[in-house]
Amino acid sequence: MLTRRRFSFGRTVAWLYLWIIVLITVFPFYWILRTALSSNYSLLAHPASVLPTGFSWGAFRRVLGLANSAEAIADGGSGTSVNLAPYILNSVIYAGITTILVVFFSYIAAYAFSRLQWKGRETMFSLLLTALMVPGILTLLPNFVLVKNLGLLNTYAGMILPGALFSAFNIFFLRQFMLGLSEETEEAALLDGAGRLRVMFSITLPMTNGPVTTLSILGFIGLWNDYFWPLLSTTDAKVQPLTLALAVFKQSSPQSQPDWAGLMAATLVAALPMLALFMVFGKRIVNSIGFSGLK
Amino acid sequence: MTLSKAGATVAPRPRRSPRRGNANRLMQANINAPSHRGDARLAWILIVPALAGFLVFAAYPTLRGIYLSFTDFRVLSAPKWVGLKNFVALGQDEVFWHALVVTLYFVVIAVALTLVFSVLTAAVLHRLTKSTVMRGLIILPFLISGVVAATVWSWMLDPQLGIVNIVIEHLGGQSQLFLKSQEWAIPSLAMIHVWKNLGYTSIIIFAGMQTIPASIYEAGRIDGASETQMFFRLTLPLLRPIVALVLVLNVIGAFQVFDIVSVATKGGPANASNVLQMYIYDKAFGQFNFGYASAMSLVLFAILIIITFLQTRLLRANESDN
Repeated sequence: MLTRRRFSFGRTVAWLYLWIIVLITVFPFYWILRTALSSNYSLLAHPASVLPTGFSWGAFRRVLGLANSAEAIADGGSGTSVNLAPYILNSVIYAGITTILVVFFSYIAAYAFSRLQWKGRETMFSLLLTALMVPGILTLLPNFVLVKNLGLLNTYAGMILPGALFSAFNIFFLRQFMLGLSEETEEAALLDGAGRLRVMFSITLPMTNGPVTTLSILGFIGLWNDYFWPLLSTTDAKVQPLTLALAVFKQSSPQSQPDWAGLMAATLVAALPMLALFMVFGKRIVNSIGFSGLK
Repeated sequence: MTLSKAGATVAPRPRRSPRRGNANRLMQANINAPSHRGDARLAWILIVPALAGFLVFAAYPTLRGIYLSFTDFRVLSAPKWVGLKNFVALGQDEVFWHALVVTLYFVVIAVALTLVFSVLTAAVLHRLTKSTVMRGLIILPFLISGVVAATVWSWMLDPQLGIVNIVIEHLGGQSQLFLKSQEWAIPSLAMIHVWKNLGYTSIIIFAGMQTIPASIYEAGRIDGASETQMFFRLTLPLLRPIVALVLVLNVIGAFQVFDIVSVATKGGPANASNVLQMYIYDKAFGQFNFGYASAMSLVLFAILIIITFLQTRLLRANESDN
């Protein structure tokens, strides 16, 4: 029966559908690479070439600030070049520090909401969860005004702070997980005289390693790709992340004849760290997404 | 593609742990035990950062956003209370109504396509292969920013050199302006949005399907049901809660579309893709009219609440039918 089903018409159609979806999903990534390794003059002549046409590293040199403008123009670029390297650092700082802080603060709060006994625990938890219902659009403008009044526009602190202290979803997620864990080991350690903080970090933390990593990865991806908040809170290139640099680079490319090779090289530079993360944590990311369905 | 072994240990399932009830009872019993002495003080210390973040960057801005909607506020001077003036002006603002229509158009296309194709993709994955590599491939667009997605698709949809038009012409069709045409701008943006979100949504729905016991399908097969019948009679009804959740989240997300529009069309050509969030951004940061922009945010928020409420009710009402 199994063999009969394996060769059925329906299954073939289903497989065909799946491969078409995969092809549509993956093709743009290949096209980025193929265009980034081409030169603009060749792209004009051979727009349909499947392989890089007029192979050149020029586009990457242009977006990493290694090419002077004469070289950029000779390469068929617009003469606009950009150095993405410092923006990479800004993205690492913005996404990295925010992720570490918000996961840490969510972890200790979740511990208080699941392991400690105190008056008002459930009320406070419900209060914090109300934040899940308010969409970003309502808080972003007032947050901009707040950060501006604090004099933190165009600083890392101003970018990081609003997202670093509190995440209703993280707290909810970690608390749920901790409630599902047996407390026996922790209770035993406490009876043996270990302090609460020591138990929290050397016993509970290793046991919650899974969800903590999940939240860190998903949080980091989201922040790395964040565009709107950095757009509001920064105008100074010194602190802006990659997403903004790429958007500016695209807007400064001439409308009539954009530097597509350069743009695709920039796109690849912006996407590469996430793709690398994916190579390492692929399976975990896929499982995390399924698991975080509540988000 | 190498998928690390390190990831193999995940998938924690807290809510299904049989020990949870036990743990709760244990905690109740221990409320006065020596190990819980001093809990209250420590607890408050531990939640201080989260509480501060909640109050300063979530609760306060929400209330302030509502307040600012009723003011004339240009950032540089203090807000001036103007009552309902902003909302009255909104009612007469043609650009706002246009933005609302354009946003709705985007939401309908984007959400409908995302939902149909993600349910289909999840079902096919569920019945054909458990391969993580397959799921990994379709999740790729989730990893990149809207800015990157918009840039790539601007290139692929380019009227002259874009590969999509080259393929269309090769197949004997007419090349299209896509993002540069008033007619096609919104459908093109919706398509980019679908491309970016399809994998993510599929995986969530797939995860939901995994919770359906295999024995149900065995029973279905013994009763002689075909795969298509099982999809409509078993998978879909059992999946309703997840689909409902995904629907609500997708609608909320699509209503707030900004990145791809801002990068791919900047709201153009001629306002054709000037979605609500673009217009809000333009009012606030292009014209520094924060009161007006806040009023629009509040209207958008109200729309989202109403839609969420209606969807939840609708889907719940359906539930009793079965």
